[in-house]
Amino acid sequence: MNGAQDLGGMQGFGPVAPEPDEPVFHTEWERRVFALTVAMGFTGQWNIDISRHARETLDPAQYLSSSYYQIWLAGLQKLLLRNELVSRDELASGKVTDPAVELKSILAAPEVARMLGRGGPSQREVSSEPAFAIGATVRAKNMNPPGHTRLPRYARGRVGIIDRNHGAHVLPDANAHGQGEQPQWLYSVRFAAEELWGAPDPDGDAVFIDMWESYLDPA
Amino acid sequence: MAETDHHHDHGEGSELPDIALRVKSLESLLIEKGYVDPEALDLLIETYEHKVGPRNGAAVVARAWTDPGFKKHLMEDAGAAIASLGFVGRQGEHMVALENTPETHNMVVCTLCSCYPWPVLGLPPVWYKSAPYRSRAVGDPRGVLEEFGTQIPEGSAVRVWDSTAEIRYLVIPMRPEGTDGWSAEQLAELVTRNSMIGTGVALTPEQLEASQQA
Repeated sequence: MNGAQDLGGMQGFGPVAPEPDEPVFHTEWERRVFALTVAMGFTGQWNIDISRHARETLDPAQYLSSSYYQIWLAGLQKLLLRNELVSRDELASGKVTDPAVELKSILAAPEVARMLGRGGPSQREVSSEPAFAIGATVRAKNMNPPGHTRLPRYARGRVGIIDRNHGAHVLPDANAHGQGEQPQWLYSVRFAAEELWGAPDPDGDAVFIDMWESYLDPA
Repeated sequence: MAETDHHHDHGEGSELPDIALRVKSLESLLIEKGYVDPEALDLLIETYEHKVGPRNGAAVVARAWTDPGFKKHLMEDAGAAIASLGFVGRQGEHMVALENTPETHNMVVCTLCSCYPWPVLGLPPVWYKSAPYRSRAVGDPRGVLEEFGTQIPEGSAVRVWDSTAEIRYLVIPMRPEGTDGWSAEQLAELVTRNSMIGTGVALTPEQLEASQQA
């Protein structure tokens, strides 16, 4: 979706502002939002693509005026409500009034190290051959799906070169919407800065974007 | 003082107590429902606040600078090479190493969210997740590098890697001059977090010395 999360190429946000000696967390509530989000991610009620989509479907004005952990909190609350794990009243009061839903799994303390170490690989085996060879010229589709996609606006319709094949990976556009993993070949596509931004670029700068096969047409 | 300024800058000052209370109440709700284990929450925080961070990535880079066999393995199969040093897991499942050279400077961004290689760099800094960096890293990388005060070799091309999938990128900065004979442990001190994102370069021995005296 063309939401506020798709920031590449936007202007007007001002300079990057690194904070000297920045702490990992700035406040206690950031620590808790981080841990709650990661822990709830292990319950199997949703996947990483659903989580990302929950964040990017925030109202654009809210997204852009929130800190990143505020965005995570809003995304988590949305997922808890949608999956009926908590009610609006419970969220408002902090008091349990409805029976708990039985979850497939809960991240228990003794399992934390092992589960973090295992992670959530997205690579899958597929029987199809890759449609594009390294060095092939491709055009990113001009598409504007209302649902989740990882094809940024600034690359749509642009021509690039296949630089690497990363193997087949879960397709976020499907996985975010309960349509299964539908793994596809994933490529790193090299776009010349001039192709993306228009201005002549004597330096030969480029942007490499990871793109699933269905994002691309031969060119 | 710094914290007050930070929040003031973001216009969040008045919301802070409210959000802190809301998070506390959400946490107790989820614990009481039995959805989260409070000890697991503490362990998650402990892990990413104190155990996993850019020193891991610095060890990878220093090893690559001193061990050609490891370097070759890292460039061919970064996941396996990094795992051989014990750094594995969430948000680092599919790693790719990008080597900076006098001809090429690599820089990593996630324009769509905050994708970042946790096992080697820890959690991302606020600027990495914020609109100014995410919007401009792809369209104006040289302007961004200038704001970081980062000088790249003259005539080199900038390659920006937008982490739109689950592939996580680690930049291998160039080894600074004047470090012949240094051990991997010594060299790791030169490897800053930003040099592994590509918004910086490795410290020179002089810069390291100055930072240690400061």
